[in-house]
Amino acid sequence: METPLFTYTLRLADNALVLGHRLSEWCGHGPMLEEDLALANMALDLIGQARNLYSHAGAIEGQGRSEDDLAYLRDCPDWRNILLVERPRGDFAFTILRQFLYAAFMHPYFERLSASKDETLAAIAAKSVKEMAYHLRHAGEWVIRLGDGTEESAARLKEALEDLWPFTGEMFEVDGVERALIDAGIAVDPAAIRPVWDATIDHVFGEALLARPRDGWMQTGGRRGEHSEHLGHLLADLQFMQRTYPGATW
Amino acid sequence: MYAQALNVAEKAHADDPELRARFQSRVDAEEKIEPNDWMPEGYRRTLVRQISQHAHSEIVGMLPEGNWITRAPSLKRKAALLAKVQDEGGHGLYLYSAAETLGVSREELVGQLLTGKAKYSSIFNYPTPSWADMGMIGWLVDGAAIMNQIPLCRCSYGPYARAMIRICKEESFHQRQGYEIVMTLARGTPAQKKMAQDSLNRWWWPALMMFGPSDRDSQHSDQNMAWKIKRFSNDDLRQKFIDATVPQGHFLGLTFPDPDLRFNEATGHWEHGPIDWSEFNRVVRGEGPCNRERLKARQKAHDDGAWVREAALAHAEKRAARKAAAKIAAE
Repeated sequence: METPLFTYTLRLADNALVLGHRLSEWCGHGPMLEEDLALANMALDLIGQARNLYSHAGAIEGQGRSEDDLAYLRDCPDWRNILLVERPRGDFAFTILRQFLYAAFMHPYFERLSASKDETLAAIAAKSVKEMAYHLRHAGEWVIRLGDGTEESAARLKEALEDLWPFTGEMFEVDGVERALIDAGIAVDPAAIRPVWDATIDHVFGEALLARPRDGWMQTGGRRGEHSEHLGHLLADLQFMQRTYPGATW
Repeated sequence: MYAQALNVAEKAHADDPELRARFQSRVDAEEKIEPNDWMPEGYRRTLVRQISQHAHSEIVGMLPEGNWITRAPSLKRKAALLAKVQDEGGHGLYLYSAAETLGVSREELVGQLLTGKAKYSSIFNYPTPSWADMGMIGWLVDGAAIMNQIPLCRCSYGPYARAMIRICKEESFHQRQGYEIVMTLARGTPAQKKMAQDSLNRWWWPALMMFGPSDRDSQHSDQNMAWKIKRFSNDDLRQKFIDATVPQGHFLGLTFPDPDLRFNEATGHWEHGPIDWSEFNRVVRGEGPCNRERLKARQKAHDDGAWVREAALAHAEKRAARKAAAKIAAE
């Protein structure tokens, strides 16, 4: 039986690892050397956040599961990440816009989580908030460059936005698992993030000459373990060694 | 334009014996040559070729290891491998910058890589089918690279020597990390030991070839020694590498794929069997397992990124134009 704190921590960890994994797919293939290094930096930040969060989740669960057990030995229905992060990396416009949408949410989120009554979560958040500030600035600058760059870059960015927008609603969902933790001062209420996120999006989209889509129907399910077709392929890659050589130490 | 002007000025003095003599005496005195100093055209050309080949090797070298980033067997290994491949990109960046001090642009150098005019280290034309290859590349390939590169920290050309100091520090960390991966495998399950041995069998000879042709057949050596771009011969460096590496392999219980490998008590050196230089020449010529694949991957990244680079440029120009317009309006 998963406790709410375990599930909550796992959701944060899975978001970070899956997005970090997607960013790491760019390594060696970036549009320019400087950006190759920047994408790897952001991937490393997210993988680092995931490692800390998995260790904490394992400790909360108390059954001796390590960070690697949690990352490498769960199948799709046990993953708790939002659908946004598991979308395939797409082109650079897609990758950088997703990073912006995510960082614009996670930066203020970690700011608040650093005051969590769970001291470990608070400490992880305090470290991660600095990283997300960089992701937000870097990705936001690129969104502006692409939106106000060439005709092609603006078209690609617009296309990416149409693909990604329906996946942003899941960031703001609150279910029973989280409600009690929010009331206890452990988890962050995403409703409090909404106005900050809106302001960041509007500001950057304004500079990027990008029209904000209407909030219509939104995709949902990842946080409950209902995933897209893409997560299984990601896990096939991620977990290949651990599944092929069970029990080995690396 | 500026670079062209420099070239013309230099050609006028290219054969000036007095300048050449002064240059050589500075090199002999172990003074560093800096970008604005007079230098013989051959020295400049040699350095551009060597530094850009080194930069290309770092960039192409990201591919065989990048092949395992998404499949690394633990989160710790995943983060370490990603950081390592990122370091290689960073080395490429310093080296392109060092080459730019000699009057060539990064675009031009990358163009030479993509058209096949410039070479990169042939070792990266070998594939990485197993996780053990991540250990073996660190231990052997980075190990061999360090043997080549440590003397370059004292290279007569200042910007290159300074870039190499930082690169060598990071490479030696990578080498220890690679050896530790191999050690973990060698002490692991029978399947892991087999993985390590199989990988050593594939990488040992190509690693020895990294030092280049035997001194008897090496073209550029004498002049490069006099210019202090090179300080030890290919064969001397190869011997140093073998002497350092063989005991490390034996310590892990691994066998080197060379039936003639033996320790010579009299000389204190490990002696190896004949190197198959026909394989080396073939891979340099383009007939290695991954030559086409590696270049195509670089070409694809370059082509796929073109619209991003164009957008960045267009945006910067728009900003500059708006700033200028605002300035005029304010006046």
